[in-house]
Amino acid sequence: MGKAEEITAYIPRLRRYARALTGNRDAADDLVQDTLERAWSRFHLWRHGSNLRAWLFTIMHNLFINDTRTRNRESGFAPEEEAFALPVSPAHDALVELRELDAALRQLPDEQREVVLLVGLEQMSYGDAARVLGIPPGTVMSRLSRGRERLRNLMYGKASVSQLKVVK
Amino acid sequence: MTEPQKGPIPEADLHAYVDGFLPEARRVEVEHHLAANPHEAERVRTYLKLNEALHTVFDPVLDEPGPRQTRILERGRARTAVRYAAVIAGLIASGVIGWVARGLDINTASQDEDFVRRAAMAHTVYTPEVRHPVEVGADQEQHLVNWLSKRLGSELRVPHLSQLGYDLVGGRLLPGEQGPVAQFMYQDGKGQRLTLYLRTSGETNEETSFRYDRQGKVGVFFWIDGPLGYALTGELSKPDLLRVAKAIYQQLNP
Repeated sequence: MGKAEEITAYIPRLRRYARALTGNRDAADDLVQDTLERAWSRFHLWRHGSNLRAWLFTIMHNLFINDTRTRNRESGFAPEEEAFALPVSPAHDALVELRELDAALRQLPDEQREVVLLVGLEQMSYGDAARVLGIPPGTVMSRLSRGRERLRNLMYGKASVSQLKVVK
Repeated sequence: MTEPQKGPIPEADLHAYVDGFLPEARRVEVEHHLAANPHEAERVRTYLKLNEALHTVFDPVLDEPGPRQTRILERGRARTAVRYAAVIAGLIASGVIGWVARGLDINTASQDEDFVRRAAMAHTVYTPEVRHPVEVGADQEQHLVNWLSKRLGSELRVPHLSQLGYDLVGGRLLPGEQGPVAQFMYQDGKGQRLTLYLRTSGETNEETSFRYDRQGKVGVFFWIDGPLGYALTGELSKPDLLRVAKAIYQQLNP
């Protein structure tokens, strides 16, 4: 497989992760573009045969964290109405689940959301997730545990997400 | 992690169970444990459900058409001033190094490799684009040529490939390793797209033969002709691509 193709093969997965991470279509597109641009310009730094997926997600993680820091200094961006439009019209249940899950994900601290998504959505090993996030594997486990527990309470616990949203 | 059965199961193993990372023997142990502990079992079921929900909600993104890639360029331009400063510094440095390395033929191979890789990447990124495959369309060909010539600092000409069945779609400016590069895109009646990637080569009298490289599904013919380096990229067989490359070369060297 050619080098260019190796990177582009990961674009759909980078986009999926970015969308879940940011909850916003435009922010996700920007994040993916920045990631590709940086990966492209630094491809010579990637050692052939090493884990390309981890490398790409590491770039995305670093950009996301930097961007979040900048944005936190400015204020939050308002999620767009179209941000979560699905390409196909989903069944009603899926739509409800979509809104609930997205709302719940937004309630997680970034660091927990990243772990929950890298492991649960991207199905990355704990070791790879640790490498991507630059944290010890033990920290991956504790963030995963706290993140999942929090999502469980938000989604299936007594407190409904929409109530929590009002409080926020 | 592998203490034999009974006893409490560590939190880490419950998650590894959810994520399917446990070896078979351990998985069975965890299942036994869960069968005897309905509360934990309920929690684990919810975690499994969460993973599933994540896929239900976000997997459709995998099949969406490509991102709106035009923005990369807009933002690229905003940063151009900074880039040029770096490029100028780089040119001064590489000019010195290049002069020293001349005759030793150092760097040439990796430069070619980089050129081909970038051409293939630009091809792969922009040819699937439906709404914005190019920045300036073929309907403004003169403007396109003037604009790109100015930005690359070298007089460009757009080859016409209609007799081979390929019409010009347009072109765009891209950031390259050593300053801006141009990409022209062509399309045949079936929607098959070719791209011609051009950079200024630095040398003014150099000329090389056609060389070929394959990057996955994509074939690339590349050559240097005077002040410009060319890379023709497409998902064609090698002979078909060569035919187009030759036509381009002949048009530019009548």
